[in-house]
Parts: sequence; structure tokens; C-alpha cells
Amino acid sequence: MKVLAAMSGGVDSAVAAALAKEAGHDVVGVHMALSKNRDQTRSGSRGCCTVEDASDARRAADHIGIPYYVWDLSDDFHDLVVKDFLAEYAAGRTPNPCVRCNERIKFEALMDRARLLGFDAVCTGHYAVIGTDGPDGAPSLHRSANDAKDQSYVLAVMGPEGLKRAMFPLGRFADKAEVRAEADRRGLGVGHKPDSYDICFIADGDTRGFLQRSLGEAPGEIVTPEGEVLGEHRGTHNFTIGQRKGIGLQQPAQDGRPRYVLDVKPDTRQVVVGAAELLSTRTLEAADLIPFEDLEVGRRVQAQIRAHGAATGAVVTAVDSERITVDLDEPIRGVAPGQTLVLYDGDRVLASATLDRRA
Amino acid sequence: MVNNRTYLDHSATTALRPAARDALVDAAGALGNPTSVHTSGRRVRGILDDALQEIAQQLGVPRSWLIMTSGGTEADNLALRGAAHLGPVFGLATDHPAVVQTVQALNGRLLPVHRDGTMDLTALETALDQARSDGAPASLVSAALVNNETGVVQDLSAIAGLAHRYGAAVHTDAVQATGHVQLPDFDTVDLMSLSGHKIGAPVGVGVLVAQPDVKLAAVGTGGGQQRGIRSGTLDAAHAASFAAALRETLADAAAEQARLGSLAERLRAGIRAIDADAVFTAEDSPHAPHIVHVQFPGAVQDAVLFVLDQAGVDCSAGSACSSGVTQASHVLEAMGFEESLMRGAIRFSFGWTSSEQDVDAVLQALPDALERGRAMGRLFA
Repeated sequence: MKVLAAMSGGVDSAVAAALAKEAGHDVVGVHMALSKNRDQTRSGSRGCCTVEDASDARRAADHIGIPYYVWDLSDDFHDLVVKDFLAEYAAGRTPNPCVRCNERIKFEALMDRARLLGFDAVCTGHYAVIGTDGPDGAPSLHRSANDAKDQSYVLAVMGPEGLKRAMFPLGRFADKAEVRAEADRRGLGVGHKPDSYDICFIADGDTRGFLQRSLGEAPGEIVTPEGEVLGEHRGTHNFTIGQRKGIGLQQPAQDGRPRYVLDVKPDTRQVVVGAAELLSTRTLEAADLIPFEDLEVGRRVQAQIRAHGAATGAVVTAVDSERITVDLDEPIRGVAPGQTLVLYDGDRVLASATLDRRA
Repeated sequence: MVNNRTYLDHSATTALRPAARDALVDAAGALGNPTSVHTSGRRVRGILDDALQEIAQQLGVPRSWLIMTSGGTEADNLALRGAAHLGPVFGLATDHPAVVQTVQALNGRLLPVHRDGTMDLTALETALDQARSDGAPASLVSAALVNNETGVVQDLSAIAGLAHRYGAAVHTDAVQATGHVQLPDFDTVDLMSLSGHKIGAPVGVGVLVAQPDVKLAAVGTGGGQQRGIRSGTLDAAHAASFAAALRETLADAAAEQARLGSLAERLRAGIRAIDADAVFTAEDSPHAPHIVHVQFPGAVQDAVLFVLDQAGVDCSAGSACSSGVTQASHVLEAMGFEESLMRGAIRFSFGWTSSEQDVDAVLQALPDALERGRAMGRLFA
């Protein structure tokens, strides 16, 4: 197969590219330039967006012995990921830009370009396993052998169609140390770079500051669920459902218990705060359903709403071609519209969807 | 290292000439600093002086006018920064970043071009006139003889006629011109930059030819070598190598220009046969024989370059930044081309190792490259 290896400059994608080559594929390395004004050198843990990262990717490609190119996807990234991120916050939702990037950039914009240039598949350093036991032989998606690194949550949005042209050679590694050893064994001199966790386009890691700078100020009221005004804020986009810190109220609650953000209402510029138990929900409703197999009402599943969160036992209570509702065994906190809901059966991904309202 | 590629990017860098390699290797082993007074030093000084003598002779200037540099970029900087203390410096908007960025850093002025790529002489005169009325007459007008992306040739006589009338010196970046078009005489220009690796010497050597009448200030300080304008130990081996490359380049320049011109014509004819929509940039302007700059409407240059590279053909989009991302061409922008055309711009450039087989190899790979490049273009339309 002719395989395009997306190379960020980090250890994971370098090892993935090497494994694809060693598996006998015809591999070409591509580094995506996602930012227009890139810093020359890396700072902190961000792992893909500087000229230094591009240079590391190039060195890795040289070592592996594959051609290497830089593709400028910065316009797509800005339009489809950064702008979407801001629009979602402005609309009072809590987006996951990594899910968005996988959906629209890596496995759409990059994949489209790759296909036009004659590639059969895109290979990345993601931690997840692509199986072959979906309905009618369609690809299935499973958690990686390494629980701590599992990225099936942010990949589920690809759906079975997207997986047909994807390769994740690292999914079978149970331990990050193994991957680093594979890197060292091949002389890929990127083995000791820190992992990246933060949002790549917010260089200083200050998401609130980024939102404030980008969206400006839109003052409004902080209210109780009953509508009592407790104070003011500088913009609803500064708040996420479930947030406790930085709400900015001078007066403590009368009962002395901590307050949480319960709801964000951009229309009325209100932020609703209240006690923790009001934050809990047992029902998740989601739209834009991407199923890996048919899901019927009554099906036992596990529901996950955060990239690094645990999955909670649940049962499907309503489902059609676009929407799905599940009831959770235990109530969970901090459920916000815009978050990605991924349903599992054990290690196997059943569906991805986007939470759109709290019941 | 054996190069089995179809290399049509000689404007980026050309193949090392065997004579230049031999001169480099022979001289690199000589021990001694050319400014030392002892015998070893004098021996190396001898190698250096022979080289400078050769270069000076080839260019028809006294040896003392030569300032050896690390390359074209440094030569341009020495000229522009060195003249800035005498008054504002003017450059041409389509010139190499070594000039454009330096003019901007010096708060100088960039002059516009016509759509055919030649300097707008009316704008030049207006700017010179205005600077004089403002009490800060221009010290220097810089214009590349041959544009590095499009190959357009500037009329240096006309530019110099105006500049000199207003008391400004004239600098030309002749990096792309050497061997490919007639170099100007030093009544026309006062300063001229040349680069080694565009004529078959190694990367790392260039020359600024500087008439002593232009009182250049030193950009850096040090031991005061080379008239104090460019301090630092003189590099006899690179100078010798440059001299050898220049000698060969100029020796058969006329025949080589004709040869490269016919290769370029063969390529243009082949491209026309493949793609009736192809637009040859500044086809009717005076241009150097070794560059074929063509815009393929609707195609994405990255994709075209990718497919050509995979097919064994090296060429370029004109300018790439250090990180490897193709950037919109400031040259085409200054010439007034629209985005959709610029996005499909490709530069093929020939050199002393180029052959008809190279042209045929490109023409064989081009249809697939254009088909995919246009499919990519439609994807983003």
C-alpha cells in the first residue's frame, strides 16, 4: 500500500511511520503546518507546531529512509478547528478541538489530499486499534492496549468509513516505554521529547486568556437557578459547565458550600451557578450520531464524555439515525453541550455523537 | 553522491563544477593565515591573490574592488547596509528577500514593477525626486539584473541613468545573471553582488564588487580586512574555487546561453502541447534564458511539486521558507497576478549540467502532476 505517514515531529508518529515502512508499505512522511506564524523553537510541551518540530520530523523521516514533505494546512486548521472552537465557546458549548482536528483535518483535509495524490491510507501515531470485525466486515475501533494513552475517544468521530483508510501501528503497544524503546532502537532521536497534552494552538496553555483575547468582553449576570443575581462576569465564553474555580463571586453561598457553573446562556448572557448536586445528570442526549454498528434501545453500553475520563455504565433509551439518548447507571457531573459522547462495549467503540442538551 | 534525479532547480543551486572542486580541495590544505607575514601566510596569500586576480580580470575591475563574502545575501547586506548612512536606500519590490527584507529593515523604499516585471521607471523618478525635495536624497538604488523567480531582466542602464542623475549609487544583485546575461559595466553600476553556488562553486562564497567611490560603512567590526568593510580571516580556498567556477562560467557564456535558451524553448513548447491554459510569466519581457516560470491555472503548486518529486523531477515553486512551507510569492504579488494563478506557479531552471533528457523527463511527468494538482485545486475551490 502507498501510505502517507502524518509526522508531527514527536516520537509516536515517527515510530508509527517506521513500523509502517517495516511492514512493507511504500511510506511518505508529511508534516502538517497548522499555524501561519510558527515559533522557531519549542516551548513547554506543545508538540507539533514549531519549525523545530518540523525539523525533528524531517530528521526522523531521513532516519527511516522515507521522502518527507511539509504541507500547509494552516488555512483549513484555522477555519475548521480554531474558528469552530471559538464559535462553540461563544455559543455556550464546550468543544474538544482534538476531536475536531481528527475529524476535519487529519482524516478529512489530509486524507482528501492524500487520496488525490495516490495514497491508499494515512498512518498516524494515535493509540487505538483498528479491527476487522465490524458489521459486514467493516472496520471496528478498539481501545489501545495502553489504557493510559488510549485515544479511541478522539478517533471515534472518524466512523467505520474513515477507518478504512487509516493505520494506527501504535495501538498494540501496552506501554509508552516500549514505544520509546522502539524509537531508540531505530535511532529516532526524538525519543525523549515530552508528551503533548495541551491545546496546540494556545501556545501558553492559557485557554481562558485565549478566549478572552479572541472573543472580547460581553459582560452579563451570574445568577442562581431561581434567577437571583449574584454578580457579574466579563463574558459567558469564560465559563464551562462544571467549572468551580474562577467564577469570581465575592460572597460565598449562604450554606457555605462551593458553587459550580450549572449552565451557560449566551442569549441572555447569563451564567447559572449552584450546588454540586444540581450539576449531576443521569441522561445524556446527543446528536450527529456516528455508529459503528446498529444500536437498539435497551443495549447495555459504557458512556465516556471526556478524553481522559472514565466510562460509566449506561443503557440506550432512544436512538434513530441521527440522535441517541442513554441513561447512566450513576449520575455524572459536568456534562456540557458540545462535548463528544463515545459509547463503548468493553474495549470496542460502538458510536460517537455530540452532546447537545442536558435533560 | 550520485544524483539520479532530473534536476531543474539550478536557480536554487547548481552543480559543483569539477574545476571548482579541485581548486577548493587543493587550496584547503594550505596552512597559513593570508594576513600573516611569515612564509606560510604569504603562500596562502598568494593563492588568495591569484584567485582575486582571476575574478577581477573576469569582471574587468581592479582587484581592490572585490570584497569576498559568504554569499549573495551577505554581499547584498554589505551594499545596502553599508550605503544606508549616506541616505535612504531604494530596492525593487520583486527582488530577492536578501534585498527586500534589508530595505525594509533600513526603512528604505521598495519600488513597484509593471505587470511584465520590469521596474516602473516613472515611480523611480518620482521617488528620487521626492526624497531629494524631502532633504534626504536616496543614497542607493538596488535592482537585481535577473529576477530569481521569473527570470525577468531589468534595464539597468535606464535605472542607473535616473539614479545617477539624482546622485544615488546603483547596486545590482547579479546572482542569477552571472553567465546567463551580459553583466553590466561599472559605469552603469557601482556595486554588484555575485554568488558562488549559482555558478558551480560551493555554497559559502560570494563577492561584492564595490567601486571605492561609494563610501560603504562597515556592517561588522573586527580585524579590518577587505578595506575594513568586511572583517574576518580571508578564505583562500573558497576564493580559488569561486575563481575557477567564474572562469568556466564566463568562458563559454554565449554558447551556454544559446544552449539553455533552446532547452527552455523545448520545455515551453512541450508544456504548451500538454496544457493550452499554461501562462508563461513575463514571456514578452526581456528574460534570462535559463528560467521557465509558468503558471498553471487551477492547479495547486504543492501537489504538482509533490507528484513531480515522486516522479524523480526536482523543480520549485519559486520561494520556500526555511521550514519547507511554500509561501505566496511576493514577486508575483508585486507583478499583480491573482491568487488563483499564483497558486499554480512552477519554476523550472536550467544549468550547466542540463540536457534535453531532463526536459523530456519533465514533460513525461507533467500531465499526471497537472491532473492531480488541478484535482487538488477543485477540492479547495
